[in-house]
Amino acid sequence: MAGTPETIEQVRAVTEQKYKYGFTTDIESDMAPKGLNEDTVRFISAKKEEPEWLLEWRLKAFRAWQGMEEPHWPKLNYGPIDYQDAHYYAAPKQKNKPKSLDEVDPELLKTYEKLGIPLREQEILAGVEGSEGKSPAIAVDAVFDSVSVATTFRAKLEEMGIIFCAISEAVHKCPELVQKYLGSVVPYTDNYFATLNSAVFTDGSFVYIPKGVRCPMELSTYFRINQANTGQFERTLIIADEGSYVSYLEGCTAPQRDENQLHAAVVELVALDDATIKYSTVQNWYPGNEEGVGGIYNFVTKRGACRGKNSKISWTQVETGSAITWKYPSCILQGDNSVGEFYSVAITNNRQQADTGTKMIHIGKNTRSTIVSKGISAGRADQTYRGLVKILPKAEGARNHTQCDSLLIGDQCGAHTVPYIENRNRSARVEHEATTAKISEDQLFYCRQRGLSAEDAVSLIVNGFCKEVLKELPMEFAVEAQKLVGISLEGSVG
Amino acid sequence: MIEIKNLHATVDGKEILRGIDLTIRPGEVHAIMGPNGAGKSTLSYLLAGREGYEITEGSVTYYGKDLLEMEPEERAAEGVFLAFQYPVEIPGVANTTFLKVALNALRKHRGEKELDAMQFLKLVREKTKALGMSDDMLKRAVNVGFSGGEKKRNESLQMAVLEPKFAILDETDSGLDIDALRIVAEGVNALRSPERSMLVITHYQRLLDYIVPDHVHVLAAGRIVRSGGKELAVELEKNGYRDFGANEAA
Repeated sequence: MAGTPETIEQVRAVTEQKYKYGFTTDIESDMAPKGLNEDTVRFISAKKEEPEWLLEWRLKAFRAWQGMEEPHWPKLNYGPIDYQDAHYYAAPKQKNKPKSLDEVDPELLKTYEKLGIPLREQEILAGVEGSEGKSPAIAVDAVFDSVSVATTFRAKLEEMGIIFCAISEAVHKCPELVQKYLGSVVPYTDNYFATLNSAVFTDGSFVYIPKGVRCPMELSTYFRINQANTGQFERTLIIADEGSYVSYLEGCTAPQRDENQLHAAVVELVALDDATIKYSTVQNWYPGNEEGVGGIYNFVTKRGACRGKNSKISWTQVETGSAITWKYPSCILQGDNSVGEFYSVAITNNRQQADTGTKMIHIGKNTRSTIVSKGISAGRADQTYRGLVKILPKAEGARNHTQCDSLLIGDQCGAHTVPYIENRNRSARVEHEATTAKISEDQLFYCRQRGLSAEDAVSLIVNGFCKEVLKELPMEFAVEAQKLVGISLEGSVG
Repeated sequence: MIEIKNLHATVDGKEILRGIDLTIRPGEVHAIMGPNGAGKSTLSYLLAGREGYEITEGSVTYYGKDLLEMEPEERAAEGVFLAFQYPVEIPGVANTTFLKVALNALRKHRGEKELDAMQFLKLVREKTKALGMSDDMLKRAVNVGFSGGEKKRNESLQMAVLEPKFAILDETDSGLDIDALRIVAEGVNALRSPERSMLVITHYQRLLDYIVPDHVHVLAAGRIVRSGGKELAVELEKNGYRDFGANEAA
């Protein structure tokens, strides 16, 4: 078709990304000296007034890490990371630990206001189209650099026995739970980045849902990296006791900077008998500029264990940010009849790179897993879906269905699909479907002929492509995510 | 009023349109007939603003404005509508969503208030009913899995909702059996009005039995070689396009 180069040019014009969360908060910080050694680990542990066992655990991790090598198997291209050239702890200076929001530094409150994150409990997250009257409330844990600055709705949740607080606080509040489950899904020897995290993790969220309790609101953590030359290493631990249910959402942003910043998080989920955990992520770390300068290196280990029978863990992720994303939210399906799900939308634009996917490990009988991955590449971005479906010998009747779709915008981006399947049980059924498509000239022209601008047309087509995944998000965030999908690919903001 | 003057256009260096002159007044229905390769689809795409055509000479004035200077979405906002010969599929986007986004884009351009979900639903239900279509089609993804007839009916639904000033129907009859043709044509006829002009492009006369034009033009080798009333279509059906030096198999 004639005219192709013009249309590609036009698509490129509309896909140039603008990042609206790139501002910096001017706040005095308490920081660890640059560099990483045992003293750094002790410094962090002392800052958090941690018990001896946790310091020991961190030190074991640090020693293990020193003997490990950074993995180079992903299809990612980046220069060497100097692990000594960063601060491993940065916390906004506060005179005393604030007892209520009124004592929190107004600069911090302003920051969250600007990000649209409600920290006042009477504030409800707006954005649900056409909703009138009451929106469901959302409890938020706000993590700023290395510390949690506020957690909302705690009292209300505590009435039901739900614990939702910073993990540094949980260490003191319910040490037995933390000690029992920390590292039980992602051991401190797991992989290079998870081991590093185990040594130097600073904060993150802790959730415990007691037996038979259905958490009445969405729990969410909002991560913000503010300081320059710092890494963020948060650790999240969610335990759903027998017969309980929780839906959890994580969001993240960072200021626009020319140097790369490291983010190496670990998330562990444990679902006991008949429990369900729904974990949704909207990741919008600063992606770097059009030429690939700056941006977050996002090396994250997320894993959930369906320990109990009939348990279920569902991961939904919308990945639009970061210069580099390395992330494989996984499920260990140990309990009989347990269910694992992974729904993913990953958008890479300009020079962004993503190597992402999931692992479904079927151990128990009649375990089921579903994988739906939608990758969208624009500009000169490169994206890989990497997934593992592993059926162990005792997983009688296990089933998996995988669907990987890639959409390319322009002719300089790449999409790759690398599925691994290991089946050791004859009764298991594993299916894999994959497609690759481009936004066609015909689709764009059709939309524009009906009155849509080129950017709105791209946004509409991409949203349609991602629909199966976006509908899995909690309703409160689905609308936001839809917009984000548009923004990541458009030149406009909002 | 739409005035096409001495329009010449090339595709990949090959001249397809070689001087078209055509004036369409409000309320008029013009039919363009012609053999394959005469330039019928090129003319419709060109009027709607598709890329890939080079205009080497001539002009198109649309209600006093230079149509060829406008982006496709501006033309749409000014009331130009193309009913596609091959309507395009958009997976995952519900027909209602598509229609709502399109209608609100047009309303915004015209400085009118955008319709909310309820107002829109009411409007689209009325239009669907008037065209004898089922609501089911609204929920399905745009043209995905639609039969040939459903696709063309969907085009007439879009036209009914977007209420264009100038509708171009490109080979609307292609791929339709006689019943489907009649239904689609009824839909189009219902939209005829004193303000709305239409350009009906077709290879066969049978569509014009249902959508009766005010004027018929024969397009051959990039030029309008003959114009007349509706009786010209009948004559063409009898004698074919041979008289105009066209190769039917082209």
